[in-house]
Order: sequence, then structure tokens, then C-alpha cells
Amino acid sequence: MVEPNIVGGLTGGIMIGLASVLMLLLLGRITGISGILTGVINWNREEGPPWRLAFIIGLIAGAFIYQLVIGPLPLEMQAQGPWLILAGLLVGIGTRLGSGCTSGHGVCGLARRSPRSLVATVTFMAVAVITVFVMRHLLT
Amino acid sequence: MKITIASLLCGILFGLGLAVSEMINPARVIGFLDIAGVWDFTLALVMGGALAVTAIAFPLVTRKSHPLLTEKFSLPTRKDVDIELVSGAVLFGIGWGIAGLCPGPAIAGLASLSPSVLLFVAAMVIGQLISPKLALLLNKKN
Repeated sequence: MVEPNIVGGLTGGIMIGLASVLMLLLLGRITGISGILTGVINWNREEGPPWRLAFIIGLIAGAFIYQLVIGPLPLEMQAQGPWLILAGLLVGIGTRLGSGCTSGHGVCGLARRSPRSLVATVTFMAVAVITVFVMRHLLT
Repeated sequence: MKITIASLLCGILFGLGLAVSEMINPARVIGFLDIAGVWDFTLALVMGGALAVTAIAFPLVTRKSHPLLTEKFSLPTRKDVDIELVSGAVLFGIGWGIAGLCPGPAIAGLASLSPSVLLFVAAMVIGQLISPKLALLLNKKN
């Protein structure tokens, strides 16, 4: 049985919240990672100032620093091969179509009391719970 | 330049937070979503911790006339709930449930050089690229 990581969860959560507040305070931007990724992909077509790419590089650098200072990243994959590709495609399509993911709608949108973010967050949480139930308990 | 560096540092803090909270680990995420299994509530603490900070600080920050490094706040203004929003959230939820990875943790996880994470991120980028074309199809049907 896996014990919940209470200290890590709260500490990491507060760090994520602080990073989002600093983005708003300094750049006036919402920290929505799927949207930031869209901006990097559409570099030439839409306004694509380097702050988006810098944030993406920072995300990877943050995890890299963790590896250097604390230890190997906890990483236990739950899907392989074709399932990973299908999941990645769905996450890419869905986050762009739905204008956001766990960070933009969840962490930032709920804090702004955005009705769109509330609907999106409740929807993707519920659908993810159902998906896991089907895959873990009905299909296996 | 200041904006780029500030964004880089925020990204680093966010990435560190994802690693410290273990949200980078799909097993933790699936453990939370699997309410019929041995429920792991770590994700709720992460979300709660982050939201406690943003919910208190966001209203204080947006009360300012402008951000510290830019001229104005660039915030989403839409309030309408449409078919794109809901169907997008459904598709995202299915993908998230299958792999236990969402965009932030997947991108941060690239630091591990794991081929599986790279495969997921590549598929996610392709998904974002084809998404507008699928949205057009959705609109034609309505």
C-alpha cells in the first residue's frame, strides 16, 4: 500500500501556487501549461514572445534540479506504448479544445472563480475517475 | 529580458513543486483517481495547497493597476460554457485517466529522459496541432 505523501504534497502544492501567483504578479499572466505549450507550438503564427518557451524550459529545469539535489524523479509509468500515444493525443486535443488543463483551469481558474474553469475541472476530474475505474476494475 | 528571466524562474519553481509533490509520478495521480482502489489523497493536498495560495493572492494581485514587469494583465474574459469546453475537458479527462499524466508533469518529467514520457509529450504536441481541425469538424455538425 502506498502512503499518501502529506508533507511533499502540501509543500509542492504551495510551491505550485506561489509560482502561479508570481506569474500573475510579474507578467500578468495565468499559468496554464497547456496554453503556454500551444503558444510555443504556434510560435510564428500567434504572438509568441520568449516568456512561454522560458517557462517550459524552467519546468524541465526545475525537475532536473530536483534530480541533482534531492534524488531520482519518482516516475512509475502506468501506461505503455500505444496507450501512452493515445493518452498523449487525447490530452493534447482535449486541453486545446477545452482551453486548459489542471493548472490553468484547476489551480488558476478556480482561484479566479471562473465558471468555465469550474465546469472544465469538474468534468475532467469526473471523466478521469471513470476512465481509471473502467481501465482498472472493468477491463482487467 | 526581465520578463523572460522571471518566467524561467517561475517555471523552475513550478517544476520543483511538481517533483516535490510527486505529481510528476503517474502512479500518484492514478492512485488519486482510483477511488475504488487504495485511495491516495496526495493530489488533493497538492491541489488544496496550490489553491489556498492562489485563491488568497490572486484577488490581491489583480487589484493592482498593472503587473510589475508588463503594462497590463492578460486574463481570460470568457464566461460562456460551450460544447468545445466540455468536450475538450472530457477528452482530456480520458487521456489523463489512461496515463496519469497532464501537461505540466509530462513536460517536467522530460528531465528524467524517460522514453515513455518523451513518447507521451510527442503525442500531446501532435494532439495540440490537430486539435483546431477537429474543432472545425465539431462546429460543422452543429
